[in-house]
Amino acid sequence: MIRLAAEPFEPGAELARFCAGRTETGAVASFVGIARAEGGQATALELQAYPGFTEIEIGRMADAATQRFCLADVLIVHRHGAIAPGEPIVMVACASAHRREAFQACDYLMDYLKSRAPFWKKELGPDGARWVEPTARDLEDIARWD
Amino acid sequence: MRVLLFGRLGDLAGWRERPFDPPPATLAELKRRIAAEDATLGEALDGPGVQAAVDRALVRGEATLAGAAEVAFLPPMSGG
Repeated sequence: MIRLAAEPFEPGAELARFCAGRTETGAVASFVGIARAEGGQATALELQAYPGFTEIEIGRMADAATQRFCLADVLIVHRHGAIAPGEPIVMVACASAHRREAFQACDYLMDYLKSRAPFWKKELGPDGARWVEPTARDLEDIARWD
Repeated sequence: MRVLLFGRLGDLAGWRERPFDPPPATLAELKRRIAAEDATLGEALDGPGVQAAVDRALVRGEATLAGAAEVAFLPPMSGG
């Protein structure tokens, strides 16, 4: 399931719902990304999405992960709009029969979300605003899966 | 036809969405029309990593816009 959230979400509650009733799944791994204050340099994030396109592109990544890691299910919740430091930005949960695939799928999906998901991130701080683009590290991370 | 600008492109142009009528026939013509009005934006649209989506599907290189309702210009994306 892919969900864009305009309001803060509760990762614990999302994970509890995702795990409920899984008598044969065996493994669920999850990751939560949280907005950083960057030592006071980031007072807020403004995350722009392209509704109707962003969900489709994230859905493609989830489908690719499902095939590659034989997942039973995927949950991706991603915030957009104004986000304060300390608030969750993204959550990924992957369900599979065994743990290794679940861990790897979370890692894979986060690398893809970092540099391929249609979001544009503006960091607001005391020195003004700047658009954040994928870093060299992000591009190295995603290249691991080629 | 509607044109959408995301991320830094919207800040650069001072608009995020506007109609283009009559609609251009191709992506190249749309970019020429934009560049004629705003050379800085025109240059940015051809900048590194900027992609275009026609009716919410990414296109590579040139694209015909016949019947298209929406063209979006997408600078490098970053989620998570």
